[in-house]
Amino acid sequence: MSKPFLSVENLTQSFPDGKGGTMTVFENATFGVEEGEFVCILGHSGCGKSTIMNILAGLAEPTSGVVKMDGFEVSGPSLDRGVVFQNYSLLPWLSALRNVMFGVKARHPDWSKAKVAEHSETYLSMVGLDGDAIHRKPAQLSGGMRQRVSIARAFANHPKLLLLDEPFGALDALTRGTIQEELLKIWGGTKQTVFMITHDIDEAILLADRILLMTNGPLARVAESVEITIDRPRSRTGIVEHPNYYPIRNHLVHFLGRRSKELAGQPSNGAPQSPETVRIDFTSPGPDDAGDESLRLRAVTN
Amino acid sequence: MTLSLNQKAALLSLLLLAVGLLVWEAAIPGQKPLSEMTEYERLTGGGAQKAGVPPPSQVIAKAWEQLSNPFYDAGPNDKGIGIQIGYSIYRVLTGYALAAIVALPLGFLIGMSPVAYRALNPFIQVLRPISPLAWMPLALFIIQDSEASAIFVIFICSIWPMLINTAFGVAGVRSDWVNVARTHELGPLKTAFTVILPAAAPTIITGMRISIGIAWLVIVAAEMLVGGTGIGYYVWNEWNNLDLTSVIFSILMIGVVGMLLDSAFGALQRAVAYAE
Ligand SMILES: Nc1ncnc2c1ncn2[C@@H]1O[C@H](COP(=O)(O)OP(=O)(O)OP(=O)(O)O)[C@@H](O)[C@H]1O
Ligand SMILES: [Mg+2]
Repeated sequence: MSKPFLSVENLTQSFPDGKGGTMTVFENATFGVEEGEFVCILGHSGCGKSTIMNILAGLAEPTSGVVKMDGFEVSGPSLDRGVVFQNYSLLPWLSALRNVMFGVKARHPDWSKAKVAEHSETYLSMVGLDGDAIHRKPAQLSGGMRQRVSIARAFANHPKLLLLDEPFGALDALTRGTIQEELLKIWGGTKQTVFMITHDIDEAILLADRILLMTNGPLARVAESVEITIDRPRSRTGIVEHPNYYPIRNHLVHFLGRRSKELAGQPSNGAPQSPETVRIDFTSPGPDDAGDESLRLRAVTN
Repeated sequence: MTLSLNQKAALLSLLLLAVGLLVWEAAIPGQKPLSEMTEYERLTGGGAQKAGVPPPSQVIAKAWEQLSNPFYDAGPNDKGIGIQIGYSIYRVLTGYALAAIVALPLGFLIGMSPVAYRALNPFIQVLRPISPLAWMPLALFIIQDSEASAIFVIFICSIWPMLINTAFGVAGVRSDWVNVARTHELGPLKTAFTVILPAAAPTIITGMRISIGIAWLVIVAAEMLVGGTGIGYYVWNEWNNLDLTSVIFSILMIGVVGMLLDSAFGALQRAVAYAE
């Protein structure tokens, strides 16, 4: 098997637990993300999702293990890995437009100011921001608008990998829905590789090609990799009609509700911990599924 | 008639000023103007001694006289108020600029590096509470020049608030913003100028504003000590001449210039302020 575009190998992170010992967040986590893939990671609060993402971004160093992108080891942050932080992280003294220009200027130091501005405005309008709003400071924008600016800043730089840490966590359901569809539209146009953290099962099903499921911490594992067998383009209202939607959703709910606890806290004993691939597909039942009356899942280990 | 809050406040201010001036005027016993006195009365000192504190009308007359020709120069002991204030501002700005040149980069360093912070903190803690005027004898001895010594005293008194606020502001920059710089591969210098400086600017300018206020307080005392020129020397000189009208007038001028310096930094502060 050829190496995936992004490969996470034997990643271990431990922190001092405050009582003189150490607390291992996850151990020997091993998984890959293919080029152009949209991967969501789901797990309970505190299981280590942000920790993984900060390591992927190069903002934090793992205790051991490596992350390779395009065959090169990740060491330190890079323009090739764009990050949308949970709290937007816009620079509050710059207008929305200038925040995006800040990123574009860093990416293309040789561009003229007019070109940087034009490129930035294009991306802002892709997320539905134009007119006088783009000249306002982040403090004068709503939460949803701020997150749009943050997404525009990340996409405008065409990073090879986009990392999104609960980008819609602070937004109401309506705004969420709109921005999710905008995100899908831009992603559909660029086909960038996206790695996104979320708490929202429906959001994950709508957006992802594949969902990674994490067990609870400490000693969390990326236990399963669930393929979302729903064809694109998807829409919020369309996907619920799909025969695979509820089986996938039930599987995820079941995992987060029960199995994430049951599978938690197992030491790896040095072996790489790869997720099990789960493929749920009722659109074209294979011969071995034909006589299966219960909605059982087909788990394939790779 | 309805008045805005500002208009009401302005009216009240004017009223308070008028009442204050009237009370002051009324509290001073009457005194013949110099021109109405006989030669004899003037020679025996009748013009200056009797009342001590002059009424506001005399101060206003003095202000009019001085401000209508602020830059005359009639020898070492008789220069216009504009020249004297000019000397003071020159000293303050020179000492202040030197302090800024030292304090801002050093404050950046201390704010960025915990090691530098711990290494320099004991020195700052000991040097900071020293009254700037306590440096004067040492400065005069080492520098051997009263002009440079006054500038040194301004330097030493304005450096601390700038240094401490710069370090504090830089150390307090949100790590999220620094991470934005890191994920955009900005070098240290670029990060310092495009992220840390604007983020810390409100705190830094606050320190600079405190510094300029202290520097203006200190220059008056310093000039009283070193003499020669400047508004502090002017006050002292007029006191020696027992010209209290000039003393009061120059006190007011010190206040006005201090207010102007402060409001310049206030405007700067508003320009760099941001809401999170
Ligand atoms: N710098 C640190 N020092 C010590 N412990 C840490 C540190 N950062 C994270 N942790 C611990 O690591 C664990 C995982 O944290 P992390 O932020 O990755 O969780 P998360 O999955 O992102 O949670 P959430 O969904 O709530 O954001 C937590 O138990 C947290 O207490
Ligand atoms: Mg998190």
